[in-house]
Amino acid sequence: MSNPTAYADYTTGEPLADTKAPEGPVEDRWDTRRFTAKLVNPANRRRHTVIVVGTGLAGGSAGATLAEQGYHVVQFCYQDSPRRAHSIAAQGGINAAKNYRNDGDSIHRLFYDTVKGGDFRSRESNVHRLAQISVEIIDQCVAQGVPFAREYGGLLDTRSFGGVQVSRTFYARGQTGQQLLLGAYQALSRQIAAGNVEMHARTEMLDLIVVDGRARGIVARDLVSGEITTHFADAVVLASGGYGNVFYLSTNAMNSNATAIWRAHRRGAHFANPCFTQIHPTCIPRTGDHQSKLTLMSESLRNDGRIWVPRAAGDTRPAAEIPEDERDYYLERIYPSFGNLVPRDIASRAAKNVCDEGRGVGPGGQGVYLDFADAIARLGRKAVEERYGNLFEMYERITAENPYEVPMRIYPAVHYTMGGLWVDYDLQTTIPGLFAIGEANFSDHGANRLGASALMQGLADGYFVLPATVNDYLARNPGHDTPGPEHPAVAAAVAETRERLHRLVGVDGDRSADSFHREIGELMWEYCGMSRNAEGLRKALDRIPQIREEFWRRIKVPGTEGEFNQSLERANRIVDYLELAELMCLDALHRAESCGGHFREESQTPDGEAARRDEEFGYAAAWEFTGTGRAPVLHREDLVFAYVHPTQRSYA
Amino acid sequence: MKLTLRIWRQHDPDAPGGMAAYDVEGISPDMSFLEMLDTLNERLTVEGQDPVAFDHDCREGICGACSLVINGEAHGPERTTSCQLHMRSFRDGDTIDVEPWRAAAFPVVRDLVVDRGAFDRIIQSGGYVSVPTGAAPEAHATPVPKAAADSAFEHAECIGCGACVAACPNGSAMLFTSAKVNHLGALPQGAPERETRVLDMVAQMDAEGFGGCTLTGECATACPKGIPLTSITAMNREWLRASRKVPRG
Repeated sequence: MSNPTAYADYTTGEPLADTKAPEGPVEDRWDTRRFTAKLVNPANRRRHTVIVVGTGLAGGSAGATLAEQGYHVVQFCYQDSPRRAHSIAAQGGINAAKNYRNDGDSIHRLFYDTVKGGDFRSRESNVHRLAQISVEIIDQCVAQGVPFAREYGGLLDTRSFGGVQVSRTFYARGQTGQQLLLGAYQALSRQIAAGNVEMHARTEMLDLIVVDGRARGIVARDLVSGEITTHFADAVVLASGGYGNVFYLSTNAMNSNATAIWRAHRRGAHFANPCFTQIHPTCIPRTGDHQSKLTLMSESLRNDGRIWVPRAAGDTRPAAEIPEDERDYYLERIYPSFGNLVPRDIASRAAKNVCDEGRGVGPGGQGVYLDFADAIARLGRKAVEERYGNLFEMYERITAENPYEVPMRIYPAVHYTMGGLWVDYDLQTTIPGLFAIGEANFSDHGANRLGASALMQGLADGYFVLPATVNDYLARNPGHDTPGPEHPAVAAAVAETRERLHRLVGVDGDRSADSFHREIGELMWEYCGMSRNAEGLRKALDRIPQIREEFWRRIKVPGTEGEFNQSLERANRIVDYLELAELMCLDALHRAESCGGHFREESQTPDGEAARRDEEFGYAAAWEFTGTGRAPVLHREDLVFAYVHPTQRSYA
Repeated sequence: MKLTLRIWRQHDPDAPGGMAAYDVEGISPDMSFLEMLDTLNERLTVEGQDPVAFDHDCREGICGACSLVINGEAHGPERTTSCQLHMRSFRDGDTIDVEPWRAAAFPVVRDLVVDRGAFDRIIQSGGYVSVPTGAAPEAHATPVPKAAADSAFEHAECIGCGACVAACPNGSAMLFTSAKVNHLGALPQGAPERETRVLDMVAQMDAEGFGGCTLTGECATACPKGIPLTSITAMNREWLRASRKVPRG
């Protein structure tokens, strides 16, 4: 590593093709795939074991459905209960092309909006399937007893979300994720009680076991006893969520982490578009260095809240004292047809721009107003309370300011990662037998996810797609002997895991895991955050290996590996962030275009919008791991747009 | 702010536990209670002492992981979760006691961490609608009166944190159990399993070693999501109705 930029290099390998997506009209492909899929005889299913890692919307729904089909499911979560995965914190809603409003919605429109919203960096086949399945998800959840908001006539209510002009978002006040997750959790609980799912809570996956080129199990740590255990299966499903916590401050749960997908990457699963991260425009601004996480305020607030900053830079008057004509409702001004409901990437960048101009509000000028005064005047306080009551209460609890009286202050924060493990149409990674679903994969959102689409994708993958495709995999790969602990691949994975944990405890340095996490997070926010440029990314790529080296010299983990040890859990996750961060920066550096949430300062239109370069970058970038600090191999998957023709996105 | 913390330390379920005192300084009123504990743990870590173990995850009051008894009250002085409690609720110089949930059915795992697996088993015993994936009718096939949907939602808000049990002098899980019984019971989708659900869930609750309910109302006062005490009386009615309809030996 003498040359400071040598590790920014990469080599280019064979292009990837999604071999599983059938030919033919896009609306027929899922039917075709399901028909060509082989089936496992119901009587034989119980002989197959499937491991599912994670119990969020994707994992919970997948585990429950696979068990209902008759498979033996072994499922894991690091939380104390499968009811707590971070899907639970999703507030706003879930999209579905039901067209209950008769406002011109259709499956094709949801497909179109999602491809366009993703800035033409997603796969048409997958997105169309997602739109098709969206309608079944609502049916399933209603039947489970999910208490969606309803009209007085007893029918389901919907609302609008960013990036679309129809009202297709179903919701349960500001707690849609909670209600959907509890639905999946209850379905899973039914299968646990029936003995079809063997549930391991407080157990974290630390490595993947690959035998003869196939995923055959995992190495896990019992977080209570510290015991390292191995679990074997005929297929492994990762539903472990995204990697936004690499930024330290994000809206993710504190313990959400990248270890399951990163360890799978190290074992041969390609990692696609790691630089595609979503910075959500409406989060509560940070208050100080003690900040441990950031809290989202649902995008649904942009239905009725108006975003503004003072017209003049350096205006420190309280909001109420700034007259109407000295306010800049900048989203309504720049994007008159979508106004406050532009997609997330655009709203976030606009907020950054006005703050960079010195027009930000609140401490440090890192905030913009989200003002409900007009909505309260128009609808009355009661109606606003009905729609957003719990969000307003949450805001007040955190900030000690009453948003019914003074405008909310919001600022963008890391929220979601569109990148993830590369998967084909079957949601299978490049390791046969290893599947990735939900936020853990890269498949459906391209370079920017639309609001209320994460819940849709998690449940589409878990309830409907994966159970069909795993079936096919198991039917085509029957009868493998279970590898024993003495198998060299198993023994090696266990030994490496033990050695890593032992080394973490043994360094006995002088810095906590948190201090390293903050350091890498700040670096990523600075250089690989809302806007990126080659110079900054090079700086980050120089710095990350240094932090990694320092980590292994100075990390302090009290206690031992053979006991309940939260410091060790954290430190071990940071080991993986320190590698993932590097790949994210490299991916961001190599993609010398702007698209969706990835904004390269060198590639913008004259009016400052993201400028895509389709000719050069109209592909998904799937990276192959070759070793820590070593040049990875880039495999391109060319994206073909036969239905939604790529254009410069316009929300003006 | 400068504070004295007295925290329950217990290495494992079988080890004896006790309160240990720690001073913390430089606490900002804008910090959450857990961020204040982070500050203490950062110092303990660098000093080579074992940090205080506590459950937490989303830190926005919805996952239900955090579970601290603060100055004798489940989740502390405000009606919210421990993670959403902010230090502005305390005064400079305060001494604050921090303990785990105390209940026979929630054994201590370490320090402030307890095992709430009993809650999962109560849900497993019947807290669901039996509808396999793919078997659902069209969502609008059954309109649900808004009042019923709202009532279901009000009970479905339960985050399963266990504050109700911790606050109850009897260590009863009636509020938790009744929240699920009433959520599903309010909806037409939950009707077919109405009787077996309440009977099975109450039986499981008793089997887990939770105490009986004497309607002291502490549970509803401590509940960060405001599940009402009437939830319990409604479940009692449901149980009585079901036990007359489905006699069990």
